[in-house]
Amino acid sequence: MANTTVSLFIQCLVDSMFPEVGEAMVTLFDRLGIPCRFPPDQTCCGQPAFNSGYRREAADAARHFIAVFEDAEVIVCPSGSCVHMVRHAYPLLFADEPAMLARAEAVAARTFELSQYLVDQLGLVEVGASYHGTVTYHDSCHLSRGLGVIDQPRQLLKGVEGLTLIEMRDSDTCCGFGGTFSVNYPEISTAMVDTKIDNILASGAGAVVGCDISCLMNILGRLSRRGEPVQVLHLAQVLAGAGQGGGQ
Amino acid sequence: MNRPSQSNYTREAIKGIASTTLQTNLRSFQERLGQGAMRMWVELADPEKRRRVKASRMRTLDHLDIILASLAEKVRARGGRVYFAETAQDASDYILAVARKNQVKRVVKGKSMTSIEIGVDPVLEAAGIEVVETDLGEYIVQLAGEPPSHIIAPCIHLDRRQIGRLFADQLGIDYSEDPPTLTRAARHALREKLLSAEMGLTGCNLACAETGQISLVSNEGNIRMATTMPPVHVAVMGMERVVATMAEHRETLQLLTRGAVLQKISTYVSFVGGPADTPGETREFHLVIVDNGRSKILADPEFREVLACIRCGACLNICPVYGKIGGHAYASAYCGPIGAVVSPLLEGINKHADLCKGETLCGACKEVCPVENDLPRMLSALRHKLAYGSDQWDTRQMNPAEAFAFRLWRHLVTRPALYRAGLRLAALLQRPFIGKNRMISRMVGPAAGWTDSRDLPPIARQSFAARWRQKHPPTPDVAKKTAENSGEEKV
Repeated sequence: MANTTVSLFIQCLVDSMFPEVGEAMVTLFDRLGIPCRFPPDQTCCGQPAFNSGYRREAADAARHFIAVFEDAEVIVCPSGSCVHMVRHAYPLLFADEPAMLARAEAVAARTFELSQYLVDQLGLVEVGASYHGTVTYHDSCHLSRGLGVIDQPRQLLKGVEGLTLIEMRDSDTCCGFGGTFSVNYPEISTAMVDTKIDNILASGAGAVVGCDISCLMNILGRLSRRGEPVQVLHLAQVLAGAGQGGGQ
Repeated sequence: MNRPSQSNYTREAIKGIASTTLQTNLRSFQERLGQGAMRMWVELADPEKRRRVKASRMRTLDHLDIILASLAEKVRARGGRVYFAETAQDASDYILAVARKNQVKRVVKGKSMTSIEIGVDPVLEAAGIEVVETDLGEYIVQLAGEPPSHIIAPCIHLDRRQIGRLFADQLGIDYSEDPPTLTRAARHALREKLLSAEMGLTGCNLACAETGQISLVSNEGNIRMATTMPPVHVAVMGMERVVATMAEHRETLQLLTRGAVLQKISTYVSFVGGPADTPGETREFHLVIVDNGRSKILADPEFREVLACIRCGACLNICPVYGKIGGHAYASAYCGPIGAVVSPLLEGINKHADLCKGETLCGACKEVCPVENDLPRMLSALRHKLAYGSDQWDTRQMNPAEAFAFRLWRHLVTRPALYRAGLRLAALLQRPFIGKNRMISRMVGPAAGWTDSRDLPPIARQSFAARWRQKHPPTPDVAKKTAENSGEEKV
């Protein structure tokens, strides 16, 4: 399994705004001796359109995604919500197209979120990373409730040398991002992320770690505006051992 | 993408967020009941119960016509009267006719969301009939002249000081903020109303077709009085609120009281099967079965599931959006996640577009729901109707500009070369907005919705794709394949 070539599915937000998260994933895979490739024609999984109701547009994005990743042995993504999209929304989008549905399901079955792949598929919880400091973990909604991935990131964090994990209150409560919701209903979204940030601060941890850059971008954006010094890190950055002092 | 100009939803949401009373109360309520329910389901001795009840709910919906006919037959056999109301207006008209025929001057109510849905109170009041809520929370919001803000806890937006002032004004008692004193004052005032009313008007938590009875749960005993003291009892129920057998009734009821307030059983469960047999007195029992748009929901496989709801309110107790904004923003009889799905379906998807769009699809409501209703799936389906319009749902496209933006987006994400060029262009255009802290702090148009309260990290100078290409220059073979794919249109 460890020799399987991983096709990197780099979420559009990571690709464009947080490329260091993608690089951290590559560093991690290199250290673990996992061969990886990056299909250069990937763009976006289609989630923004799907969540806003634009299913035709989402289906076209999905068709493109499937064509790009169809020949991949295994597809790994540093985002729970994108994997949730591929696994749970694609079958819905092609419910009336049996041929596409079969292709979508075949791709979905080989698509994993990073921590899910490492722990469930490779059986790894210690990846040789070190991080000296305290972190708290934010459960993103589509990863925890959608894919049922709750313990895997925590197991990986506990396997990091020097790292202390402090659980925050209500770690699995939504941060208030919700895609276009964050822009369309900014007052509600901000009230929600404020509660999330209060819980992060109350934990006393020096950094908040998550597996979805969209949530982390929301948390980071509000932390920055509030002038709070807490670091925001993607799990990949911690596991790459490149996290400390790095931040965004 | 287009930010709705301060809609009623947003305005009321802002009010809710600004109310410290609401925030404090919702927070403690959600911590106790919402998170308590999550734990309770995990620890449930019979984990299959939820799935069993859901299956029975869906089965009942598949045969709803037969089951309702059977219920009506049983109720009539026992001397009760059954009226099938197609619309809210029909239901209210019928109830008013019953009141008039019995020369009713005062109606005492048991808590009923359906009665709010059909708008019967104003109809009765316009006819000069006094309507008094007897559930303490509902009584308080009625005195305050406000709609309830939670299905189970109607006055959760008020604190005891506000209630104390309200009672001092409205009931003429000395100001007090002592809950037992206030409760005694309400009980005293309500007792008089309950003893003198000519009609009791209640909802129906569950109706059982096998036995021909309806069940009402309460913790205050008010429903028992409202259904037995006045000579006329009218119960109003949404047509989906029926179960086929007593066995199903038992399990559904167990989930209802657990989902609502973590109770194995409520303090009172009243079974009403027809008019009481009181010597020397004429008594009437009327069951009003309301359609009001439910048939249309029933007929749509995408939304039928919402009729499996048992109206426990558990989703309100976990929803992080409801937990911030409270119930008034929903501007309908049903608030919270269930309201966000059912209100648009009952009253119009365009009318309640903000309810369809104003959630994060976090999925907590689905997890806490006793019957595991997939509300996020249905919210997504409602957004689908708004995206393109729907003849079936008499819905027009909500936002043509947004639709255009997503068509443009589609054009880009299916053409990698163009997509990459677009990203590079965006990276250039954003430059003047990047501050010293390497963040964008001010944007215009809809994007201001983000930067009004949050900073935005800029688009990186070099994308991951560009960095990868630099480190892994394409071999001629890969380069050829890339060129082929880039030109390819998959539409």
